[in-house]
Order: sequence, then C-alpha cells, then structure tokens
Amino acid sequence: MAKELKSSFTLYLKVLLKMKKPEQELAEIKSMMERSTRFLSLSGLSGVLAGIYALIGAGMAYYWIYFPNPPFGFRTSYIQEDQTLLRLLVTACAVLALSLYTGWALSQRKSQRTSSKLWTSASKRFISALLIPLVVGGIFSLALISRGYLIIVAPATLIFYGLALINAAHFSLGDIKYLGYCELALGIISAFFPGYGLITWTLGFGVLHVIYGSMMYYKYDR
Amino acid sequence: MEGIFDKAFENIVRLRIMSILMVNEQYDFNSFKEILEVTDGNLASHLKNLESSGYISFDKTFVGRKPMTNYSATAAGKTAFQAHLDFLENLINENKT
Repeated sequence: MAKELKSSFTLYLKVLLKMKKPEQELAEIKSMMERSTRFLSLSGLSGVLAGIYALIGAGMAYYWIYFPNPPFGFRTSYIQEDQTLLRLLVTACAVLALSLYTGWALSQRKSQRTSSKLWTSASKRFISALLIPLVVGGIFSLALISRGYLIIVAPATLIFYGLALINAAHFSLGDIKYLGYCELALGIISAFFPGYGLITWTLGFGVLHVIYGSMMYYKYDR
Repeated sequence: MEGIFDKAFENIVRLRIMSILMVNEQYDFNSFKEILEVTDGNLASHLKNLESSGYISFDKTFVGRKPMTNYSATAAGKTAFQAHLDFLENLINENKT
C-alpha cells in the first residue's frame, strides 16, 4: 500500500514538474527559431542617424537646385547642368555610404552588448535580402539618370528601397516592413506628381527614417 | 491527449537544435556551437543522439580546406517535433481550463 502510494506520488510529482515547463519550453523553441533566422542586432539609432544624414543631403540639394525659390517648381531648376547633377550624385552616394557605415557600426555595438555574433547565417540572409533589390534599384536609377529620365528617379529609388525593406523584414525585426510600405506609398505618389521629387525623397529617406528609427529605438533598444 | 512527449527532446540542447533545424534548411556545426554556447563534445553527443533517432541527417563538405558539417532535419524528425509541439500546446490548453 505504502509502496503504491509512493509510486503514484512520484508519478504525480513528475507530471507536476512537466506541467511547469511547457510554456517555458515553447518560449525557448520560439526564441531559438527567431534567433537562428532573424538578424536582431539592428539598431533604431542607426535609422535616426540615416534620416538626419538624408535631411542634411536634401538641404544641400535644395540649396543647389532651387534656392532661393520654394522647392516645388517643376522644371524651373537647372538640374540638367552636369555640375549640379554630379554634385547631387556625390551627395547621394555620401549619404548612402554614411548610413550603411552607421548601420554596421551600431549593429556591431548592439551585438556586443547582447553578446551575440554579428556575422551569422541570419545576418547574411538579411543583408542579401536587403541588398539585392537595393543594388538593382541603384543601377536602374543610374540608367534612368544616364538616359535623362530624371523625373522618375526619386520614385524609383523610393519604390526599390521599399521593396528591399519588405523583402528583408522576413529576416529581421518584422516591423521594418511597415516602413517599407510607407516608402512604397510615397514612391507611387511621387511618380504621379513630378516636380515634388526632392520633397518626397526628403520625406521618405529623411523624415520617415527619423520617426521610424526613434520608434524602434524606444521599442527594442532601451 | 494529442501529441507525443518525445524523450529525444527532453534535453534542452536537443530541443534547441531541433527548433533551429525546423526553420533553417541547413545549419552547420560551428554555427550551432555559437548560438547554443555549448562545448564541442557536448554538442557532438547531442547531434549523435538525434541522428541515431533518425531525426537529423548531415553531410560533410569542404569550404576551402576547412571541413564543414551541415545538419538538416529529416521528415521523421520534423513529424516527431511537430507531435512534441502539439503535446506541449495541449498541455498548456488543458492547464488553462
């Protein structure tokens, strides 16, 4: 009798011990799946800084193209001048390079803080998902510029960037895709309103980045 | 109760290995070591265990001169893991009611 009681008691204990675990175990499984597939060291601060670089770049572009007129004029500008075009290209490339470098540097810092590796199969997938549409879009935009279709360059960059973000969101914080949708919407709007390229560009790469970056910062980084 | 509590996934390292292989087509030994933060010997024995259960398979390749062992989940492994997941979920649901 005592032996039976003891064995049923140990069984009960075993079940109890297992009962405590399933939530933890499921959480463990979920976190492992996320950590092994997603690049989570992306820093919100890098978004804010990229936005600020873009705003500065846009300010410079405004000064060269429109100043002292308001930035709405369509074809009142002298963007066709080679000198201006070259300046704009250099500025855009500088903004892009600075943003990428900032993103890399801050991600490295964050991965050190969370003691996770920066260069994993997850981050490689994230980078390639992001870069393939981005590089294709960049080359396509250069082709547009060389053919003189300047009017469609701002929408093209916005749309390709939006697609790149939506593509890469599968391999990082899923929230990035909403930024992608916003960029897409801006790109489409911009395509139908020629002459507002600099404004939509400033909104898309500057303002949206600052807003989104700070939202991500408050949500994940603090 | 639906689902089966699988002894193979009782150990936390094996559970983690299988979770990773459910969402990654392939995963190599060194990446496992980094993400799981376990020793070579420990990881190898758990991988061996899962392999002898028929839940994972591996293939060895060379990247340059370095050997690389890639692991992937077998169909049997995926089914077994899904059954284990069902068991855990049912356990939670029953606890709630």
